[in-house]
Amino acid sequence: GMGMGPMAMMGARAKGRWASRGAFKGSPGAGASRGLRRGAHVASVASKGSPPPAKPAKDMVVSDPGSKVDKETAKDLYIDMLRGRNFEDMCAQMYYRGKMFGFVHLYNGQEAVSSGFIRALRKDDHVCSTYRDHVHAISKGVPMKNVMAELFGKRTGICRGQGGSMHMFSSEYNFLGGFAFIGEGIPIGAGAAFRSRYGRDVLHDETADQVCASFFGDGTCNNGTFYETLNMASLYKLPCIFVVENNKWAIGMAHDRSTAPSSGDDVPHIYKKGEPFGIPGVLVDGMDVLAVRKVALEAIARARRGDGPTLIECETYRYRGHSLADPDELRSRKEKEHYEARDPLPKMRAFITGNKLWSESEVKQWEREIEAEVEEAVAFADASEKPTKDQLFENVFADPSGFGIAHDGTSQMKF
Amino acid sequence: LATMAATAMSRLANTLARGGNWQRHLQRGYASQTEMTVRDALNSALAEEMRKDDKVFVMGEEVGEYQGAYKITRNLLQEFGEKRVYDTPITEAGFTGVGVGAAFSGLKPVIEFMTFNFAMQALDQIINSAAKTLYMSAGQISCPIVFRGPNGAAAGVGAQHSQCFAALYSACPGLKVLSPYDAEDSRGLLKAAIRDSDPVVFLENELLYGQSFPVADEMLGDDFVLPIGKAKVMREGSDVTLVAFSKMVGYCLEAAEVLATKGISAEVINLRTLRPLDRDAIAKSIAKTNRIVSVEEGWPQCGVGAEIT
Repeated sequence: GMGMGPMAMMGARAKGRWASRGAFKGSPGAGASRGLRRGAHVASVASKGSPPPAKPAKDMVVSDPGSKVDKETAKDLYIDMLRGRNFEDMCAQMYYRGKMFGFVHLYNGQEAVSSGFIRALRKDDHVCSTYRDHVHAISKGVPMKNVMAELFGKRTGICRGQGGSMHMFSSEYNFLGGFAFIGEGIPIGAGAAFRSRYGRDVLHDETADQVCASFFGDGTCNNGTFYETLNMASLYKLPCIFVVENNKWAIGMAHDRSTAPSSGDDVPHIYKKGEPFGIPGVLVDGMDVLAVRKVALEAIARARRGDGPTLIECETYRYRGHSLADPDELRSRKEKEHYEARDPLPKMRAFITGNKLWSESEVKQWEREIEAEVEEAVAFADASEKPTKDQLFENVFADPSGFGIAHDGTSQMKF
Repeated sequence: LATMAATAMSRLANTLARGGNWQRHLQRGYASQTEMTVRDALNSALAEEMRKDDKVFVMGEEVGEYQGAYKITRNLLQEFGEKRVYDTPITEAGFTGVGVGAAFSGLKPVIEFMTFNFAMQALDQIINSAAKTLYMSAGQISCPIVFRGPNGAAAGVGAQHSQCFAALYSACPGLKVLSPYDAEDSRGLLKAAIRDSDPVVFLENELLYGQSFPVADEMLGDDFVLPIGKAKVMREGSDVTLVAFSKMVGYCLEAAEVLATKGISAEVINLRTLRPLDRDAIAKSIAKTNRIVSVEEGWPQCGVGAEIT
């Protein structure tokens, strides 16, 4: 189990609606729980990061206050975000109780991007993610209990416990990982999009119009494979969508400390990096699920009809540290408060009840059901078995003839 | 004995540098007199597999209009068109990743690296994505991909173009690693690699591309597939085992000829597959001879020979 300091215990016991949980109360991370003493110099750099200007950049797509959304879509979006938030909060609790371990990267705050995009995709479209993949997997349809079981390292996990937090895969839901290296999934997502094009161009399959959305962060936009893939996706007109979740921080590295602005700009803009490759770039308010959905629908339609990729930069924020082991001491309180005020969940909730799409009691009912669903997922994961020793030698090869697994299914390795 | 074998090897190196005619010795036991270069063997195997299965496509630098940097993909663009033979930009990590993603989605890419030295830029995709994903996904997502290209030294191309990557890739679970020597190996193993549902690293050798070897009629058949994981005894012997792969097999065969004039009978094993290594074949041979010389052009520490011996 993990050593627990008093501050960590407070966080783990925080109860109640997400609105009152407060995004940042008691999220101390391993640094505090192990009682690491940090020198005075840390206090002086803790004010890094500043809230964005009061008015959004003129290029930014925001949702239209008069936008019409049908009630079923509104419900789907809100519930999806709620499932993501509750799930991640439960992960934090379970981590501090020692039920899951290793690297766990939580998605709190970014739910509008996952729900806004992934709920607009079809089941046969692909999604390619990073290590911050729990909520992407859940939005794509992977059952919550199998994601939780995977995190607990159990046999009933979506990858039988062999992948872990950073490596969620599902062939049924076309969820292509779960990658630890940043930038690793980007060309793979383009490869899934390549397969769609190939289906039409070579295999004479007129129905091959699946698209692939690849999600990655601001730090990744300085990595070579990002540029390599933008180039090829444009060159081959691949039906893919590049979704940048710009949460302004790559662990402790602020975005504008690591990224040079383009000529004529004061600050870096990721969405402008599509233009050199002939790819349209869009900036969207990633804290607003309706704005994200508006942009997503357009990009998906564009890809599906064969017009090629789109680069979408979502301004978003992660309420917790980079991972549960990150003491998160560098981001300023002011910045966090700014984004807390833009929390996508209460915003959507207010949209639903304010526009009388659903009643307060109906919404409360969903919230109760989802809390129950998350509790059930934990109970399922808890009760499930751990992987057996045989699993070490399974799944090494799809065609194991001559190695690994014998014809009768037993391992050919001898101890 | 091992010292004599080693001396024979260095003398052989000198002979070959002058262009020896040793491959005639291989003609024993073949049904016909047809000869084929390794280049044509690889080219024909690729073309046949692409005709047979339209999910197979080729991607790499200069594979299309240039006909292949070493002409291995000659005529493929003309026959199959630009939707199946892709000339990529110089972007190893990117196009390897695209290939891996296409394989994850059910296609069968053959990714050519101009040399395996350049593949170092794509190592993350080869090992972390291609090799490990079947395991990490618990069998859900397989990767039927082939990574092929010249490996090891060519003629005077300098340190950065001459590395042998056999040890690096053959250490990696989740990869199958093949290395052909002659035309028979090249045809049979490349077909096996393309038909295999797992990621295969196929290590060729540039200096072998132009060499001709006899091929029997059965090797020209469409379904001539060699088994992965099985070594071949090229020459039987009783006094010492010489084990090698790729170009070094040729040196071993010539060394065996030299040793024979001194009354020493050498057995030459052509590994063909480096991962999974055919340990049974090696063990069987050593049980007979009690002496082994492993020959490779890779670096000695943690090399293939270190594993064998």
